[in-house]
Amino acid sequence: MGELFENLLNDHLGFVVWALVAFVILLVLLGKFAWKPIMAAITERERSIEDALLKAEAAKEEMARLTNENEQLLKQARAERDLILKEARQMKDQIINEAKEAAQAEGARMIEKASIEINNQKAIALASVKEQVASLSIEIAEKVLQKQLENKTQQDALVADLLKEVKIG
Amino acid sequence: MDFSHILNSKKLAFSVILSVFLSVFACKSFAIQSEKAGVEEKNAKEEAFNPTTAILEHIADSHYWHVGGEVSFPLPVILYTDKGIENFSGAAFEHGAKPYQGKYYTYKLVDDKIRVVGANGEVDKETSKKIYDFSITKNVIAMWIAGLLLLIIFLSVASTYKKRTGKAPKGFQSLIEPVILFVRDEIARPNIGYKYSKYMPVLLTIFFFIWINNLLGLIPIFPGGANVTGNILFTFVLATIVLLVVNFSANKYYWKHIFLPDVPLWLYPIMIPVELIGIISRPFALMIRLYANISAGHIIVLSLISLIFIFKSLLIAPVSVAFVLFMDVLELLVAFLQAFIFTMLTALFIGTAVEEHHH
Repeated sequence: MGELFENLLNDHLGFVVWALVAFVILLVLLGKFAWKPIMAAITERERSIEDALLKAEAAKEEMARLTNENEQLLKQARAERDLILKEARQMKDQIINEAKEAAQAEGARMIEKASIEINNQKAIALASVKEQVASLSIEIAEKVLQKQLENKTQQDALVADLLKEVKIG
Repeated sequence: MDFSHILNSKKLAFSVILSVFLSVFACKSFAIQSEKAGVEEKNAKEEAFNPTTAILEHIADSHYWHVGGEVSFPLPVILYTDKGIENFSGAAFEHGAKPYQGKYYTYKLVDDKIRVVGANGEVDKETSKKIYDFSITKNVIAMWIAGLLLLIIFLSVASTYKKRTGKAPKGFQSLIEPVILFVRDEIARPNIGYKYSKYMPVLLTIFFFIWINNLLGLIPIFPGGANVTGNILFTFVLATIVLLVVNFSANKYYWKHIFLPDVPLWLYPIMIPVELIGIISRPFALMIRLYANISAGHIIVLSLISLIFIFKSLLIAPVSVAFVLFMDVLELLVAFLQAFIFTMLTALFIGTAVEEHHH
């Protein structure tokens, strides 16, 4: 046993020192130039992936929200459209009715006016016909009279007739 | 009943082949014994094969890097003596056959350890205690190769990360990233908690340094083959670093748990020493665990290969190689597993040291 540990330091201290130096140099070099950038890159990548996932989730939610909103808007628009259509229909009906009424009123008015005019014209026409008839009658009568009254007896007879007629009239 | 499936079984076929091999080799070994007298004179010149020394030589650190056959690279020897620093090539020792006259003393390699020899050629024990061996040994070089590989791998991966910021990993990067994430998500985060990021560099360095050394140790030819993580001094250094990291990051709750535990006052003389031993024993267990596991793997593989030389028969080689292949595959798993366990326990110890208690 004593033999085993004899000159232990003399023979092996060197290796221990070399191993220690090698390890420390390796630790420093790898730590500075390998582990640090590698770990940083991995962490960064993981962070960005997580970020992207979160963003995707958020986008999905936003999408759902937008879709929902769109639907709501659509529904609202549809309702509004229905309302507008209904109003339009009502208005159309109203306008038609009003127009009908107005037309009817106008028609009635025009008919009335026409009938009045017709009556007027009729009256005027009748008057002129009457006048013409009167004048014609007078002319005829005149001529007849002239012819009949060329002699004195005929004149007296006529006067007598006329007098009879006037009595009746 | 139909028994044909038994005859078709691959397992059965394999065991039949194995038993044929074993019987052939058994006959052969009898033959060897009978022939033994004849070839004894020839063998007498060669050194008898001693598996124990061969295996221990293979798993030990060395001043040479044995490549194959008689070829081995001598490695530089650096000695810190009481008179100054000595620096020469290991080739000067000629594998311990000759002493080397240095600037200050004469040195000789005894069991791959450098000793000072006196004028009479005997080892001078007193003076030997004054020299410290700082040689660049096989394990030091293997450690540097591993470190260099790690630097090349991770600096290139880091540059890929810089070039492809925010993009998905590509190529070699995508091979490395799951392992880094494994260390972070399976080792650091569950054991340390939200303060894990501060300890990531040390955990990653420990994990990958152990793993790559384990893997390189499994390669039997030149750049690999050294038994770095199966060297107790190497695991000692790692365990010491863990000890320092754990205790320097410890908060007041950790120290209160050690020096003012929640036990009756009369138990303090027992509890405090136990807790203090605990501080040392945890990294100590780390040191032994890694060392023993990796060394054991190397010893098993070398023992299986040694069978060929013990039986002095090429016929045993296929069996040995089959078992070695199996062991190597197992060791691939062990290489990862031990790196994982070491890092995992380190994270656990750090976790207990930085844990916030809310009493």
